[in-house]
Amino acid sequence: MATVRKVQPWRLVGLASLRAVSTSSTDTFPKHVKIVEVGPRDGLQNEKNIIPTPVKVKLINMLSEAGLPVIEATSFVSPKWVPQMADHTEVLKGIQKFPGISYPVLTPNMKGFKAAVAAGAKEVSVFGAASELFTRKNINCSIEESLQQFEVVLKEAQAASISVRGYVSCVLGCPYEGKISPAKVAEVSKKLYSMGCYEISLGDTIGVGTPGIMKDMLSAVMQEVPLSALAVHCHDTYGQALANTLVALQMGVSVVDSSVAGLGGCPYAQGASGNVATEDLVYMLTGLGIHTGVNLQKLMEAGNFICQALNRKTSSKVAQASCKL
Amino acid sequence: MGNVPSAVKHCLSYQQLLREHLWIGDSVAGALEPAQESSRLSGLPEYVKIVEVGPRDGLQNEKIIVPTDIKIEFINQLSQTGLSVIEVTSFVSSRWVPQVAAGATEISVFGAASESFSKKNINCSIEESMGKFEEVIKSARHMNIPARGYVSCALGCPYEGSVTPQKVTEVSKRLYGMGCYEISLGDTIGVGTPGSMKRMLESVMKEIPPGAIAVHCHDTYGQALANILTALQMGINVVDSAVSGLGGCPYAKGASGNVATEDLLYMLNGLGLNTGVNLYKVMEAGDFICKAVNKTTNSKVAQASFSA
Repeated sequence: MATVRKVQPWRLVGLASLRAVSTSSTDTFPKHVKIVEVGPRDGLQNEKNIIPTPVKVKLINMLSEAGLPVIEATSFVSPKWVPQMADHTEVLKGIQKFPGISYPVLTPNMKGFKAAVAAGAKEVSVFGAASELFTRKNINCSIEESLQQFEVVLKEAQAASISVRGYVSCVLGCPYEGKISPAKVAEVSKKLYSMGCYEISLGDTIGVGTPGIMKDMLSAVMQEVPLSALAVHCHDTYGQALANTLVALQMGVSVVDSSVAGLGGCPYAQGASGNVATEDLVYMLTGLGIHTGVNLQKLMEAGNFICQALNRKTSSKVAQASCKL
Repeated sequence: MGNVPSAVKHCLSYQQLLREHLWIGDSVAGALEPAQESSRLSGLPEYVKIVEVGPRDGLQNEKIIVPTDIKIEFINQLSQTGLSVIEVTSFVSSRWVPQVAAGATEISVFGAASESFSKKNINCSIEESMGKFEEVIKSARHMNIPARGYVSCALGCPYEGSVTPQKVTEVSKRLYGMGCYEISLGDTIGVGTPGSMKRMLESVMKEIPPGAIAVHCHDTYGQALANILTALQMGINVVDSAVSGLGGCPYAKGASGNVATEDLLYMLNGLGLNTGVNLYKVMEAGDFICKAVNKTTNSKVAQASFSA
C-alpha cells in the first residue's frame, strides 16, 4: 500500500502534471472559452444562508482579481421573492469595476431593469424557459407572455445601449414537464436572439441532461442562433455537467457558465448540488489547452472565502483535492 | 513460492463468457429512470461492461474497516443489480495459492506506468514487477484462471507528475503480451482531462485492441465522467467504477476517489448504451453500504434521488 502523500495547502498536484501536457492537439475545441461566473447571483440566490453586503462585494472583487471576464453580480428582483438579493443596489454600486470585465445583473421585468440602470448596470439578463409549466410556476405567466415582457425590456435596453443576455431554462428537462423538445428550446432561443439578446445561455436547470441529449438540443438551436452567440449553463445535480459541457465544446460552443465552489444547490432536489464548479471547469479547460484567462489559484481563494462565509463545504472537487484538511 | 507482488487481487467474474457471448439480460436491468430520456451520440459502443470495484478498491480506501458480514451482504446486493464483474477482495500477501483455494475465478495484477509509484507501492521497479506478474499469470493460465492487468498512473503520478503515453503503452503491451485478457488503465490520482485521456488511449490503442482496454477513472478533480466519455468516443467499452464513489484518494486527503457507479450508469443510460445493470438496485446497494459505514454517498445521482 502506498504511503499517503502530504499535500501542501493549495498545492495543485493536478496542475503540475497539466503544465507538461497542456500543449495538445485536441479535436475541434475552441481555442478560447469565456467563462461566465454566476456564483454571486445564481449561486448565492440558492444558498440557505444570507450573506452580508460587504462579503458579497469582497467575493465579486476576488473573482475579478481571478480574471473571470463576466461576473453576474446580483439580481434586481423583489426582496419578497428573493431575500438573498435584497441588497442588489448596494452590491452593484459597491463592487470594484475592473476594466474589461462585465458585471451583468438579472432583471426580470421593467421595474427591475430601471432600478438596475439607476444603479449603474451596463448589462442585464432576462430569463426565459423552454417549458410552459416551469414558466407558469416560476414567473406566473406563459412563455409567450414572458417573451412579450422581455421585448419591452430589450427595447429600452437597446435605446440605452445596454447589452442583454438571454437565458433559456429547462433546456434538457423540466421538473414539471419532464422531457423538453429541442425544437421548443430552439424556438425560445431564436425569439430571444432576434429580440436583441447578444448571447443565449442554455440552462440544464435540473441537471438531468446527458451528452447525447445535449448534442440533440444544441444541434436544433444552432440552426436558429449562431454558434458564437450560444452558451451552456450546466447543473451538476446528477454529476453530468462536465461531460455535457465537453460535448458542447466539441460542437464549438465557447461560452460556459459556472459557479465558484459550485455554489447554489438545486431547489428541485433537496440536498442535491446545483451549478457546476468554476474550479473544476477551469481544470478541465486548462487540461484541454483551452485559454480562459482565469487564475485557478485566485479562483480557489475566492471559493474558500465564500465557503467560510457561508459556513459550508465547497462543492468543487478541485478545491477539495487541493485543500489541506 | 517466489516473491509475488503484494497487489494481487481477485475478481468475482460473473460472466466470464460475457466477452465471448451476446449479453442476454433481464429486460428490466438497465431500465431508465422514468424522468430520464436517452439519446445516442454517434460512434459510441452499443454495450458497455461496468467493472464494479467498490467492494475492493472502494472499501480498501475507506477509513472504517467493514465487518465481513456487511461486505458479504453488500456484494450479494451488487450481484442482484446485473453487474457482470464485481471486484471482491484483495489478498495482499506473497502467497497467492490460498486465493485460488478460496475459489477465485479470476485474478488481477497491478502494474504502473511510473517507476517511482511502482517502487513506493510494491517496492520494486516496473521491470521487476513485470517479471513477477509473468510468473503469476503463467501459473494462473495453467489453472485456466484469466488475469486482468491494471496499469496505474496512466494519466499522471503523485511522485513523477506527468506520465508519457508511450510508457503507459509499453507497460500495457507487456501485460497484454503475458496473457492478461484485459488491461485497465487507471487515472490513479484523477488528474487526467479529456485531452490527456485521448492522447494516452491513442497511443495504447496502437498496440492493444480496443476491446481489451478498460478505463479506471478517479474523480478526484471532478474529471472522471468527461474522461470516460472521451474513452467511449474512442471505442472503449469497459469502464471501472465504485458504487457510491466509495474510496477516497490516498494522495489528496479529503478528496474523492473512484467515480460513482450510479453517476456513470446515469450517463450511459442517458446515452442509450446497454449495460445490463439496474440503476435503482445499484442505488439501493449504495444506500446500504453508506449507512453501514456511516458515510455520505459520493454519488450525485444518489444525493439527488434520496431526499435529504
